[in-house]
Amino acid sequence: MNIIAVGLNHRTAPVELRERFAVSDSRLPEALARLKRWPGIDEGVILSTCNRVELYAVVKETAHGVESLRDYLVTLASDISWERLEPHLYGLDGAEAIRHLFRVAASLDSMVLGEPQILGQVKEAYDVALLHKATGVVLNKVMKKAISVGKRVRTETGIAENAVSVSYAAVELAKKIFQNLSEKTVLLVGIGEMGKLAARHLIGAGVSHVMIANRNYERAIDVAKRLSALPVPFNQVHQEMAGADIVLCATAADTYVIGPDDVQRALRSRKNRPMFLIDISDPRNIDPAVGSLDNAYLYNIDDLQSQVVTNLEQRRLEALKAEDIVRVEVPPVVAWLKSLEVVPTIVALRRKADSILREEIDRILAKLGPLAPRQRELVEELATAITNKLLHSPLIALKAEADSSNGALFAETAQRLFDLEKELERIAKAQPSEQERG
Amino acid sequence: MNVLFFEVTLLFYFLGTTLFLVQLAGRWEGIWKPSFVVAGIGFFFHTLALVSRMVEGGHIPLTSMHEALSFFSWALVLFFLVVELRYRVHILGSFILPMAFISLISAAALPKEIRALEPIFRNVWMHVTLSLLGTVAFAVAFIAGLMYLIQEHMLKSKHLDGLYRKLPALDFLDDLNGKAISFGFPLLTLGIITGALFAEFARGSFLNWNAEQIGALGTWLFYLIVLLGRVTVGWRAKKAAYLTVVGFAGVVFTLVGVMLKGQHPFA
Repeated sequence: MNIIAVGLNHRTAPVELRERFAVSDSRLPEALARLKRWPGIDEGVILSTCNRVELYAVVKETAHGVESLRDYLVTLASDISWERLEPHLYGLDGAEAIRHLFRVAASLDSMVLGEPQILGQVKEAYDVALLHKATGVVLNKVMKKAISVGKRVRTETGIAENAVSVSYAAVELAKKIFQNLSEKTVLLVGIGEMGKLAARHLIGAGVSHVMIANRNYERAIDVAKRLSALPVPFNQVHQEMAGADIVLCATAADTYVIGPDDVQRALRSRKNRPMFLIDISDPRNIDPAVGSLDNAYLYNIDDLQSQVVTNLEQRRLEALKAEDIVRVEVPPVVAWLKSLEVVPTIVALRRKADSILREEIDRILAKLGPLAPRQRELVEELATAITNKLLHSPLIALKAEADSSNGALFAETAQRLFDLEKELERIAKAQPSEQERG
Repeated sequence: MNVLFFEVTLLFYFLGTTLFLVQLAGRWEGIWKPSFVVAGIGFFFHTLALVSRMVEGGHIPLTSMHEALSFFSWALVLFFLVVELRYRVHILGSFILPMAFISLISAAALPKEIRALEPIFRNVWMHVTLSLLGTVAFAVAFIAGLMYLIQEHMLKSKHLDGLYRKLPALDFLDDLNGKAISFGFPLLTLGIITGALFAEFARGSFLNWNAEQIGALGTWLFYLIVLLGRVTVGWRAKKAAYLTVVGFAGVVFTLVGVMLKGQHPFA
């Protein structure tokens, strides 16, 4: 028995290929049901996001299982041939598969380090698989652990701290100028995509008053309605600036729209309350000379981008700590997985010995004919003593290796030496509830 | 007993200052917890020191420079503890604790004996308390101004790391600065009035134009202008930060003057 993972992600495959294999929420139940019935697969989870399609499964035999799981993956996209898919595919097993899953949940494998969505997506993938009874003892434990590792990484490291997009970088800066954004007013000049995005982030961060100015006033009214903002005629921008704490400039103009005199005037009528001016237009719309005015803080797109680079660097440092967490979390799960194989082997060996013992005693007693109770007892004692003494060392060795990395090897050896296959099957069938507890 | 408590306090403030400076320079964010606890323990012993000194001396311990500096330090730490509990601005401690420690170690260098209080000085504590609390408020304004100037420099130079991450928002600091001045100014005003009344009572003249009286009046006038400037023409933000940093230098100068020249009733 082993845990395996097969998939393709943003590093190994282009989006055109990934999206062919993506399993939508509506298709997921059917896909899970099919995966569970797939030959050689005992348990399965499907993790499908825009950056990855990964299958996690528990199989009896590793090499076979990986092959089988690949075959299954190909069926997810009917029009992509195996030859086209193969170079983009990775397959992992055992500790490597577990480590990969933990790294995914910790957002260490994400396109943007520390991005918050993936942990929720892992949780969702597990919940759906659980709901459709595609998971069992092994994946239940491993997926839960992956989610807790993801949470631990988020709380114990700074991997999710500091903005890594231009819009968030602008929000972070605004928070270092204004303690409480909810009382602040934003003036959005121009309604390009970047400008609207940054304005939305500011609204998300609590800003409640937004003014929107655009050369085409009709469109300003239109956008203002959607952002529940106040439209402002373009020729009044300079007057309205006095009431704006944050000016977000993103027009398509190829000259400066706001100059130092405009800002100076605004500052005077604001009694020098600070202003945060963000110029995300290219070419720039705010005269750089504005930046040298007292109490005016001017940031252009390059400034914000370089802040994003710094923050990413920061996250990379934090990712090292996260990798350490993953490193210590994997071995206990691997050991547990190994012990799963050893325990049934011990039980099977014990049972097989008992059944041989019973059989042989009955046979010999039948041959011997009527015996005195004491004689009968002695015969049974003799047989029991021989079996116990013979089994003593192998059982002790198996128990001792249960938690070590050799556990699986010992279990397999014992199974081969004592021919325990049938006994193990009987145990697996007889006690599904006992296994569930794991 | 009060001297023992005083020395224990000094030890804890030293430890607290060290921790807070590590917080300022280092990357370990959680350090504010032990720093806060150490400052809190120091404050507890400081309070014990002041109370036991009052019990031992039989009067409010505000009759010597040593006592004044000790009280100043005590009030500063009290302010920090309250603000930290309310606003969680951990970095404030990195500025306040060193100041409290410097003030306390200066107190330690001065004569510590409890002086018998002449009857004429019985009510001088009113004047001293008010003036000192005013000074504490100006010290807070100074610290807020200093933090403002650092943060403003970080933002202007677009160096968005290190202290930038630890310091609070500009408008919070400007607000703290403004509030501190608005609290400090009336306290200083009352301190000067009670001082003048006391001088009249003790010496027969409100004012005799000695250095520290001129210093006090100069300080008062300066902060009056700063306060009026803020309310009327918008001397806030960077300008206010500069003015309060410079103004506090004047306050310290006056205090040192009082200490050195020894014309004040207590020196």
